[in-house]
Amino acid sequence: MADIAIQAEGLGKSYRLGLNAAYGSLREAVSEMGRRTAGRLVGRGEKPEIDVLWALRDVSFEVEQGEAIGLIGHNGAGKSTMLKLLSRIAEPTTGWAEVTGRVGSLLEVGTGFHPELTGRENVFLNGAILGMRRNEIRKRFDEIVEFANMERFLDTPVKRYSSGMQVRLAFAVAAHLEPEVLLVDEVLAVGDAAFQRKSLAKMAEVARAGSTVIFVSHNLATIQALCERAILLERGSVVTDAPVEEAVTGYLRALERAASDDLLTRTDRDGRGWEESKVSRLAVFDGDSDEADVVVGGRAARIVVEVTEVLPTMECQLTILNSLGQPVTTLDSELSSPADIRDGDSGPRIECRIETLPLIPGRYRIDVLLRGRQEIQDGLQAAAYFDVEPGVIDGRPMPAIGVDGDVVLPHTWQLPA
Amino acid sequence: MSQQPATKPIDEVDLETPPPETVRLQATSGFGRVLAPRELWRYRDLAFQIAARDVTIRYRQTAFGAAWAILQPVAFMIVFTVVFGRAAGISSDGLPYALFSLAALVPWMFFANAFLLGSESLVLNQALISKIYFPRIFIPAGVVAAGCVDFTISLLILLAIVLVYGIVPSLAILALPLLIAIAIMTALGAGAGLSAINVRYRDVRYIVPFATQIWLFVTPIVYANSALSQPLRTLSAINPMVGVVEGFRWAVLDTGNAPWDLMGISFVAAVVLLFAGLAYFDRVERSFADLI
Repeated sequence: MADIAIQAEGLGKSYRLGLNAAYGSLREAVSEMGRRTAGRLVGRGEKPEIDVLWALRDVSFEVEQGEAIGLIGHNGAGKSTMLKLLSRIAEPTTGWAEVTGRVGSLLEVGTGFHPELTGRENVFLNGAILGMRRNEIRKRFDEIVEFANMERFLDTPVKRYSSGMQVRLAFAVAAHLEPEVLLVDEVLAVGDAAFQRKSLAKMAEVARAGSTVIFVSHNLATIQALCERAILLERGSVVTDAPVEEAVTGYLRALERAASDDLLTRTDRDGRGWEESKVSRLAVFDGDSDEADVVVGGRAARIVVEVTEVLPTMECQLTILNSLGQPVTTLDSELSSPADIRDGDSGPRIECRIETLPLIPGRYRIDVLLRGRQEIQDGLQAAAYFDVEPGVIDGRPMPAIGVDGDVVLPHTWQLPA
Repeated sequence: MSQQPATKPIDEVDLETPPPETVRLQATSGFGRVLAPRELWRYRDLAFQIAARDVTIRYRQTAFGAAWAILQPVAFMIVFTVVFGRAAGISSDGLPYALFSLAALVPWMFFANAFLLGSESLVLNQALISKIYFPRIFIPAGVVAAGCVDFTISLLILLAIVLVYGIVPSLAILALPLLIAIAIMTALGAGAGLSAINVRYRDVRYIVPFATQIWLFVTPIVYANSALSQPLRTLSAINPMVGVVEGFRWAVLDTGNAPWDLMGISFVAAVVLLFAGLAYFDRVERSFADLI
């Protein structure tokens, strides 16, 4: 049997809820202490009620050395918490885990950068933060600089770098890290599409080289490409721990179940704490009819988003994904067209009209992101599902399910007679 | 679970990479995080880089650079000499008032800066703390270490000024390392302790600046400790900076009568403060990432 790289037994992590638990003020702590002491003196040491959230609960699993494992689940299912525990940033509340080997993480660009330090100084600092030994960095310094293609700017403070240059340098350091266990939270590693692509390539390379990889992502296609096995978390517990196809199917089914719920009751939101306005309903209509969730390819379709509150400068982003969870297209109102209409009287309702729906028959899902006051107000994965019935596009019948690709483009042929 | 290193032919064994270590992650209680030498040693490279960062950025993009290390105490010295030495006529134990206050201000400024910056340090590094594991004590300790660089510069200049005044330090100057150690322990104990409290209670941000002001006046910097009557005079040394400041005057200005009682009490007080600060830090370190 191969060596075990990570073993987790009954891992759990709870957080105390409320602003008070996080910051609190000294005054409150002192008065609380007074109350408790008084309570003890009087003889009833009652504990104040504390609202506790279990981000992870009784999670057990094993990862062999050299395995690549995907962690999937809704927002708030506990994926990031799990990475925090495994990387030792946070301590588990219950249970234990044993991690063998040097742990490295790919982080948000520039986490370890100090703007006042030069490129050279930052390479050393960032390398140390990522867990590299000093003489290891020194040995590979030239390689890192060459990889980033940055010789000329080495002695310039990083704050004068363009963001692209910062990304390049950050990635060059990360790419020379040789961890035995690599933890990646795609949500953290983003910031820049190029960086993300490189990160994924690096991960694949690390996995091939025999390191253990734990990968958190919403992108099921990348999970399927990189991992043999996946763990599906739901509300902090392991629901499925299986070969990646099985776990992904389980996740897609869970998403579909969630879509049938009342959207306002869902807690797996992506609002970064704003949520002044939330998506209350999302539905897809065929043409001008009122029948929801079944549309015909080649005909007009309307995606209607109902929100709880109208805010200034509202924008909406819709991502359509196929049945495998791969994105097909993203529609974003921020990229505006003169044909768009902003109407003060339309009520708390956003509509996106697609004149000729170019999707081949099949089942699709929609993820939605709502912005207002320049902030992300709300976000929901799988806000709705809809089925596309076979239709005709430009007088041409659509291909059936089973062909490659998800879209049909209006087109004409010229052929020999 | 055993992790036998795979048997390799001798020439392939990489001497630099030790066999993979297994780390057990579980809820801990009590102490043992800060005072864990093996763990601190394992992360020594990061500790060095953090300290180097703090030294480097301190005077980046400043016109006077490291000269600030001495400009600050000298500026205070001038103000104190005019206000307290001349106008108020405070006794300076027969020494020139400028020297009398500068010898105290040099260790004091080290302490005050390390205390102020140290108490803010964890919160200022929250991006790191919430994303990477390392022994957190390196953050406030790095600030204190960076302060030591300033301290060295200003101390050398202080000694030069003393020589210019025609005072040749006696053997008492050999006590400086002990006095510096007391100052470092005080700064690290107070800085680390308050930085940990600051993670949870941001009130610290408002307390520290004026606590530093008050601390300045309960330490014999503008006045001489001899101005106090007994037993307050000796008891005041439970403020460790009393022993440091009076010790500095004796060691640097060749005053002759060694304040052993003050230095002894202050040494003990500094050790207690250091352990209390680190112990508190140790207790709450495990929740930093959850609270910051």
